[in-house]
Amino acid sequence: MNDKDGLRGQVFSRRAALLSLAGVATFGGLSARLFTLQVTNGERYRMLAENNRIDRRLIAPRRGTIYDRFGVELAKNVQNFRIMLVPEQAGHVEETLDRLAGTIELGEAARRRIRRDIARNRAFVPILIAENLDWETFAYLNANGLDFPGIQPDVGDTRVYPYPEVLSHVVGFVGPVAENDKGTEPELRIPGFRIGKDGVELAFEPQLRGHAGGRDVEVDASGRLIREIRSEAGEQGADLVLTLDLGLQKFAADRVAGESAAIVVMDVATGELVALVSQPGFDSNLFNRGVDIETYRGWQNDPYQPLYNKATKGLFPPGSTFKVVTALAALESGSMRPEEGVYCGGAIQLGDAVFHCWRKEGHGSVDLHRGIKESCDVYFYEAARRTGIDKMSEVAMRLGLGTDYGFALPYTKAGRVPTKEYKLSHFKSAWQTYDSLNTGIGQGFLQVSPLQLATMTARIANGGFAVVPRLVRSVGGVTHDHSEAASIGAEHAYLDRILRAMTAVVNEPRGTALGSRLTGPGLSMGGKTGTAQVRRITRAERATGVLKNDELPWESRDHALFCGFGPTDAPRYSIAVVVEHGGGGSSAAAPVARDVMREALTRDPARRPTFSPMAAAGPATALALKDGR
Amino acid sequence: MTGMFDSAFHPDLPTRIGEKLFEINWGLIFFITLIACVGFAMLYSAADGSLDPWAERQMLRFAVGVLVLLVVAMIDLRVWMSLAYPAYGAALLLLVAVFLFGEIGKGSRRWLDLGPLTLQPSELMKIALILALARYFHGLNFAKLSNPLFLLPALAMIAAPAAFVGVQPDLGTAILIVAGGLGVVFVAGLQWRYIVGAGLAAASLVATFGEWFWNERLHDYQRLRIITMLDPMADPQGAGYQILQAKIALGSGGIWGKGFMQGTQSHLNFLPEQQTDFIFTMLAEEFGLMGSLFLLVLYIIVLGYGVAIALSSRSHFGRLVASGVTLNLFLYVAINTGMVMGVLPVVGVPLPLVSYGGTAMMTLMFGFGLLMSVHVHRQMEIPRSHSLLF
Repeated sequence: MNDKDGLRGQVFSRRAALLSLAGVATFGGLSARLFTLQVTNGERYRMLAENNRIDRRLIAPRRGTIYDRFGVELAKNVQNFRIMLVPEQAGHVEETLDRLAGTIELGEAARRRIRRDIARNRAFVPILIAENLDWETFAYLNANGLDFPGIQPDVGDTRVYPYPEVLSHVVGFVGPVAENDKGTEPELRIPGFRIGKDGVELAFEPQLRGHAGGRDVEVDASGRLIREIRSEAGEQGADLVLTLDLGLQKFAADRVAGESAAIVVMDVATGELVALVSQPGFDSNLFNRGVDIETYRGWQNDPYQPLYNKATKGLFPPGSTFKVVTALAALESGSMRPEEGVYCGGAIQLGDAVFHCWRKEGHGSVDLHRGIKESCDVYFYEAARRTGIDKMSEVAMRLGLGTDYGFALPYTKAGRVPTKEYKLSHFKSAWQTYDSLNTGIGQGFLQVSPLQLATMTARIANGGFAVVPRLVRSVGGVTHDHSEAASIGAEHAYLDRILRAMTAVVNEPRGTALGSRLTGPGLSMGGKTGTAQVRRITRAERATGVLKNDELPWESRDHALFCGFGPTDAPRYSIAVVVEHGGGGSSAAAPVARDVMREALTRDPARRPTFSPMAAAGPATALALKDGR
Repeated sequence: MTGMFDSAFHPDLPTRIGEKLFEINWGLIFFITLIACVGFAMLYSAADGSLDPWAERQMLRFAVGVLVLLVVAMIDLRVWMSLAYPAYGAALLLLVAVFLFGEIGKGSRRWLDLGPLTLQPSELMKIALILALARYFHGLNFAKLSNPLFLLPALAMIAAPAAFVGVQPDLGTAILIVAGGLGVVFVAGLQWRYIVGAGLAAASLVATFGEWFWNERLHDYQRLRIITMLDPMADPQGAGYQILQAKIALGSGGIWGKGFMQGTQSHLNFLPEQQTDFIFTMLAEEFGLMGSLFLLVLYIIVLGYGVAIALSSRSHFGRLVASGVTLNLFLYVAINTGMVMGVLPVVGVPLPLVSYGGTAMMTLMFGFGLLMSVHVHRQMEIPRSHSLLF
C-alpha cells in the first residue's frame, strides 16, 4: 500500500460519510412526508378512501296519490313496464337490438340514445331500452329472455293523470328534474326521477315526494358491487285529498268546453273549493312522458292560453260584479241610505266629463235594490262619489279582493285593489273623483281573479265570515290547514239587503240575469252580472252607435262575468264564472253559472261524506337505481 | 508481485469455504430476510389472502436469491475484479441487442427473449457498471483523478448504458444507472472543482436545452407523469389517477393502519400495480405510519451494514463495490417511496426485496452477494497494479 492509496482511502471515508449523511437526511424527509400524509392529512384521505369504497344506491320512493274529496284518483302511479339492457351480458349489443326491433318499436333516434348511454356508462350498468310497454309485450320479453341476451325486464312507477284536460291546472304535473332543480336531496339524483312542476304536484312536492330508501354498498374500482353494508327503507310520499268534487269539476269544464273560461265553486261555510276550472286544459300526462315541441308551441301560441290557470292567475276588471262592494261600502259609511233614490238620466256630469250609464235612456229614480238588480251605473257613480276610494278599497279588501290568501296553488295572483297611494306611486298623480267613479262600477285600476270573485261572494253569502279558499282537505290523512273563519265585521242587515238585491238580479223582472233563473225543488240562485270592457268606447262610436260585441274580433270583445250563490234562502255555494271575451255577463256568464249551480246543488258535495285515505306506509317500490358516479 | 489467489502474505485471510462461511455477516442476511418477509406478507395480502400467485413464487425466488448471495460471497474479490470489464462489455452488448431486437412490452423495449428465459440486460448492467467503475478507479493513480483525460473513460462507462436504457425507454433505470455511477465516481474521490463545475454545466445545459428536451425528447407519458406528480388533481381520472389513489391509500392508513388484509384501496383494486411498484402504499394503508417507518428502519439498517462494510474494506475495489451496491439500494428505496408519496414522478422503480418481480430480486441478491464478498474479503489488500485473469 503506498501513500496515494492511503490518501484515497481517507477521501473515500469522508465521501462515504457525506453520502450517508445525505441518505439520513433523505430518510428524514421521507418520514416527514409520511407523517404529513398519514397523520396530518390522514382524516381527509380516510374520507376519500371511504368515498371510493362506498356507493349509495337509492331506491325511488313512491309518490303520494292525489284524490278528490270522494276518493277518486286524480293523480296516481301505475306500473311502468320497461326493459333494460346490460351491455356486458349482451355480447353483441346491435344484434340484440335488431332482434328486439321485431317486438318493440325501436327507431333510429332511440338507438342513438341507447348507444350514447352505453358509451357513457360502464358495461355492467343497465341501460333503458324502452318503457311504458304494454303487458303483452312485456310478458313476451320476460318469457323469451334467452333469445335476447343481456335483456333485463324491470318494473318502475310512472305518474298518470286520468283526467288530464279537466284538472291540468289544479293537479299540475310532474316532469324530469331539470338542471336548475338540482337541490341537495338525494332523490333528485335518481336517474329518471320526476318532480312536481305545476299545480298541487309542485305546491306539495315535499309531502308527495317521500324519501328515497338507500343501500350503502361496497364497490370496487370499476364500480362493481362487492357487498351490501347498510340498507335503509325509504318512506313513500303522503297521499293528498283535495276538496274538489270530480263530478262537478267535469260538469263545469264540459259546460264551457270550447270557451276560454274559468269557473270557481266554493262551499261558503268552509271556503272549500268543490270546482276549480280553467278551460281549455291540456294533457298533463304529456309533460311526464316528454311533450314534443310542436304540441308545446301550439299550447303557447293558442290565444285561449290552455297552459294558464285563469281561475287563480287570470286577472280581469270585475265590472259590475264590483257593485256589491261599492254598495256595502256606501251602506257602511252611511253615505247612502238603502231606500235613498238616485236619479239616472243615462249619464252623470262630473266637471267637464260625462259618465254614461250602460242604459242610454236611463233608469229614472234608483234605490240600492234596483241599482244592483238592474246594475245602474249612475247609482254607483253617485255612491262611489259620496263614499270615496278609502272606504271602497277597505271593504274590497275585507271581502277578499287584493290578496292571494296564501292559496295552495303556486303563482296565485293577488290582483289589485287601488288606493290613493297606489295611484300616486304608480302614476305620479293624485287620486281624482273620476277614479272613484270608475272604481265604483268595477273599472279602472281594479283587477280580480275568478277565485277572488267566488270568495267575495261567499263572504257576503255566509253572513260575513272571512272564509279563504281551500283546495286540500288532508295531507297523509291529516287535515290540512283548517282554521275557523273570522268575521269581516259587516252588519247583517246590510249583507241581507245586498243578498236580496242579488237574488232579484236573477229572479225579479228587469233583473240583469233573469234569463238565467234557477228553478226546481231546493234550487235557486242569486248573483251579480258583470261585463268588463276590454277596449275604450270612443266618443265617435257613441255617436254612430256602439258596435255589437259579436261584430268585434274575439280578442276585443268584453269579458263576461258572473258571481253568485245558491240556494237563495240559506246559501251553501258561491260561484264565479268568467268567460274571456265572452260578451255580456248576463248572456254569456250567468247561464253557465245557472247550470253549474244546479249541478252543485243537486250533487251537493259539501253534505256528502268524504273520503279519508288510510295512513298507508308500505315499502317503497323496489327500484334500485345507481347513484351516478 | 505474487501470483493470483496467493494469500501467503496474509495468513489470517479466509481461504477455505468453511472459513469463508464463518466470515459471512449473518446479521445482514437476517435483516435482508426480514425485509423480504414483509414483502411476502404484502404479496399474500395483495392476492386477497393467498400465496398464489405472488407470495409463493417470490419466496422461491428469494430462496434461490439467498443461494446466489452465498455463492457470490464465496468467490474471491479478485475474481470479481477480473470479471468486471468482460461483464460490462457483455452487458453493453446485450443492451445494444435489446435496442435492435428487444421484445416490446408496455410500450418500451426492455426484454430479450432467449427461448426459455427473458432477460432484462439493464438489470445486469447495474451490477456490471459498479464492478467496472470500481475496477477502473482501483487501478487509477489517485493523482490522475484530477486529470480530465482519466475521468472521461469513467464517464463514458456510465453514459453508454444510460443512453441505451434511456431510449428503451426506461427513464427510471437510466436515472438509477447515472446516479449510481456518479455516486461511485464521487466516493472514488472526484475533486470538488469538477463536481461544482459539472453541477454548473448541468444547470446551464438544462437552462439551454431543457425546453428542447422536454418538448422533443420526452415521451408523452413521461411528461404526463412529471406534470401529474406536481399536480395529481389536474386529471384525477386519467394520468393523475394512479398517484392520487396511491396517496389516498397511503394517507388513509393513519398511524396504525387498517389492519392486515383490511386495506380497502388495495383490495378493491383502486390501487394499480399494488403488487409491484406501489406495494409500499399497500403496506402504509394496512400498517399505517408505524408499519411504514418499520420498513424504512429495516432499510436503514441494511444500508448501515453496507456503509460499514465499505468502510472496513482494505481494498479500494472492495470499498467502491460495496458503496456502489449500497448506493444503488438507497436509490431504489428513496425513488420508490418518494414516487408513491407523490414527491417524485412515477418512474418504474420497484421497492427492493418487497415488490414482486424476479429479475429485480436476482439483481439485488447478486448485489448483496458482492457486498458480502467484500465483507468476507475485507482484510484482503489488492495492489493497484494487480495482474488479473483478463
